[in-house]
Amino acid sequence: MRAIGQPVGEALPRVGLERVLQGRARYLDDIKPARLAHLVVLRSPYAHAEILSIDVSAAKAAPGVLCVLTGEDIARLCKSWVGVLDTAPGMRSPPQYPLAVGRVRWQGEPVVAIAARTRAEAEDAAELVEITWQELAAVAEEEAALEPGAPLIHPEYGSNICYEQRVTSGDPAAGFAAASTVVEAAFRTGRHTHVSLEPRGILADFNPADRQLTVWHPGQSPHMMQWLIARHFDLPESSVRIVVPDVGGSFGLKIQIFGDEMAAVAAALTLGRPVKFVADRLESFQSDVHARGHAIRARMAADASGHVVGIEVDDIQSFGPFGSFPRAGVGEGRQVINLIGGPYRNPNYNARLRVVFQNKGLCGPYRAVGHPVACLVTETLIEQAARQLNIDPVEMRRRNYVSDEARDWKLATGAVIEQLSQQAALEKLVSVINYDALREEQRQLRAKGIFRGIGLASFIEMTAPSAAVYGAGGAPIASQDACMVRLNAGGTLSCSVGITDTGQGAAMMVAQVAAGEFGIPIERVRVMLGDTDTMPYGGGNWGSRGTGIAGEAVLLASRALRDNVLDFAARLLQCDPATLSLRGGEVCNRSDDAPRMSLEDLARLAYFLPDRLPPHFTPELMVTRSYAQRSYGGLCTNGIQASHVEVDPVRGTIKLLRHWVVEDCGTIINPMLVDEQIRGGVVQGIGAALYEECLYTPEGQLGNCSLAEYLVPMAGEMPDIDVHHVETPTRTSQLGAKGAGEAGVAGASGAVLNAVNDALAPLGAFLTEIPLTPERILRALGKV
Amino acid sequence: MEDPATAVPIRLTVNGEVVEHTVAVRQHLADFLRDVLGLTGTHLGCEHGVCGACTINLNGKPVRGCLVLAAQAHGCEVETIEGAGRHDAVQWLQREFHRRNAAQCGFCTPGMLITAADLVQHAGAPTREDIRDHLSGNFCRCTGYQSIVDAVEAVCAAKARGDLS
Repeated sequence: MRAIGQPVGEALPRVGLERVLQGRARYLDDIKPARLAHLVVLRSPYAHAEILSIDVSAAKAAPGVLCVLTGEDIARLCKSWVGVLDTAPGMRSPPQYPLAVGRVRWQGEPVVAIAARTRAEAEDAAELVEITWQELAAVAEEEAALEPGAPLIHPEYGSNICYEQRVTSGDPAAGFAAASTVVEAAFRTGRHTHVSLEPRGILADFNPADRQLTVWHPGQSPHMMQWLIARHFDLPESSVRIVVPDVGGSFGLKIQIFGDEMAAVAAALTLGRPVKFVADRLESFQSDVHARGHAIRARMAADASGHVVGIEVDDIQSFGPFGSFPRAGVGEGRQVINLIGGPYRNPNYNARLRVVFQNKGLCGPYRAVGHPVACLVTETLIEQAARQLNIDPVEMRRRNYVSDEARDWKLATGAVIEQLSQQAALEKLVSVINYDALREEQRQLRAKGIFRGIGLASFIEMTAPSAAVYGAGGAPIASQDACMVRLNAGGTLSCSVGITDTGQGAAMMVAQVAAGEFGIPIERVRVMLGDTDTMPYGGGNWGSRGTGIAGEAVLLASRALRDNVLDFAARLLQCDPATLSLRGGEVCNRSDDAPRMSLEDLARLAYFLPDRLPPHFTPELMVTRSYAQRSYGGLCTNGIQASHVEVDPVRGTIKLLRHWVVEDCGTIINPMLVDEQIRGGVVQGIGAALYEECLYTPEGQLGNCSLAEYLVPMAGEMPDIDVHHVETPTRTSQLGAKGAGEAGVAGASGAVLNAVNDALAPLGAFLTEIPLTPERILRALGKV
Repeated sequence: MEDPATAVPIRLTVNGEVVEHTVAVRQHLADFLRDVLGLTGTHLGCEHGVCGACTINLNGKPVRGCLVLAAQAHGCEVETIEGAGRHDAVQWLQREFHRRNAAQCGFCTPGMLITAADLVQHAGAPTREDIRDHLSGNFCRCTGYQSIVDAVEAVCAAKARGDLS
């Protein structure tokens, strides 16, 4: 690995943040083209019902209404999709249309779409639609969906199993037989959702004259959207342009096809004018994809010296009636059983995953897919085993970690891990939290009836995925990325990259890598993302892939352009290019840094006065380079978190005192942005641990569909979060960066749960269900 | 001629500019600011008054733009993020937010700034806990709040030092 020049590694404030701070950003709903129509969607009030009839005549005649589409209407405009992946063999899910055809299978499923001059007029018209329903028996609980005689969501399948996977390695039976301690628990992790503050939405405009469809989609993967919209509306790819405006949060949400959004595209094609759909918060809760709902029975065996000798897992993943599209949604459960036990040298593993159709909203990727659940199960078991063996939880981990020296070691599923720094991260954490002092304080306070807990959670994070994740499964999602870098006539640099920035600072990463590698002040770098007409083909930003994959493409392109510039300058200056370098935006002598030529002079010569150049030589001041991470399924990062809490055993409430993270994402491009990614992720993980859950009735009615009822972390309850790093660059790229966007959320829930269990251990309570509501805590204490 | 049962004329001051319009009686102030005046810095996250993204100043006090009808703002002084930047407190907050990356997606940021400026302008020397408490009605899904709290704390400290009027 070579050192990349500054400003790589500097905690620079994000260029372009001023527009956000001054209210001048432009989110989807801020875009209002002339003749804009507004689409409103009528949704199913039932979790499972036959649609006997739909009468839209009154709605069509209502003031301002431009078009009304039913499921049958839209099925003629848009091809169905099937939310499965070939990499999940045996997964099944029937075809889906944008609007329900004949039957609804979850509360909130879109049924009728109405476009009108104003949103208010469309909402008024929606009330005039008459639908006759025949309600059917619904099934909305994981275990109930598996019982014999349960209502079948797709009768043709004969069961509600969507997908099943088994993983075995070693000899689990022998491992458990030889154990001196077995800890076992039934875990439940609450189904929750992204709650991006900006709701989902789309704006589609179709010009019938040139048959061009322009779609503003605040998402993460514009080329994927281009492919899918072109494919499903039977348009040439070249006729579909996706533009990504400012995105008000996504976290894996705005990265798939939603029926209501496809209905807006259909309406735009029908009307030949712009049509916008923006979900309101009720619609967001009902129809955004959900995630993280699992019922898991797991046990861990350890020998007398505390070495893990076996893990068994039986995971039932909460799901909807269909796989989401095009990412299917079973990747979550697959990742859970892939990663359980991951940090440790466990020779014997046995896991079963069942993903179960239910009459609930669809499930899809949410930041750190599967990781927080795998971490919570593993880390709760390891601390409980330590407790039973009377071994300190830090020591328990020391005895079981895969060594930091190990390279290219395999998980039970066969996933290969390049190298981790778990031992280094643990020792750093123990030092920064002053572990022994915290334990001493805990002992003293317990004597006064104050119950504080310290919980740790080690995590492994798969980042910068290869094509193994989606492409190999048949999903049209690029796993490579590219950077097109151009020297402009004024001596500035333009970088166009196939990723997106949803607020994490991806554009700043691009600017810092380009500035550092090319040799130009960052103020002279302009980054362009999010437009399929102008950006290189790429996968967008998800799975912590922006820096690890696109960052390397930026490095390669910037280096190639620098070489071109130096070659050109050498011809002009009649010297050897090896004697020149680019520093601060000027061509300099490599020997004494003396400036020889400004980039502006060089570029103006190339662009305005090419007649003066040496014959048979044309400078190339625009360069494109591509990069795909092909060495591993994903580049594994790792880290450890610690949560310090105080539990009130009378009220069942938890006060978060502090939270620490030590993580290793390889080369750090901007430490401030990395730390802020981690802090934000931690708080999402705390939300899962303490507050967030989509609460369905057994009949499939979602009961908490507003932000007043679905609790999210707010400033008042959140702790300060200290972030530290170990830096182990990946050897797969010259940049050496792995991903950092999901590490925070991966370990936070497990750390908080462990801290609460640590606090309550003297009282005999042991919790394995999140969110940790006061009711659950009081039940665990036997008080209610 | 508009039906007075469904539309009313209003006259108000928005960011120092007198505005006269006839508005639907059911239109809330945030929609009026966004859709009629084009002041799209005021964002809508829930329309239930919970998330705080639509926080604006009404007669100098922060309110939820989604819980006030446009018609109720008749005769009032309204200030949105586009106009609030003229206050020193907001400028200082913007600078500190930028330095600390206290905004990621930015959707909550205008409301957060207006809420924070209210604290800076009216509180003496708030503790971190006071700051967290004051910001507890503004949902941010990205930052985890700490950098926001740090930024507000820094501006409050500057004010306590007399660096900020």
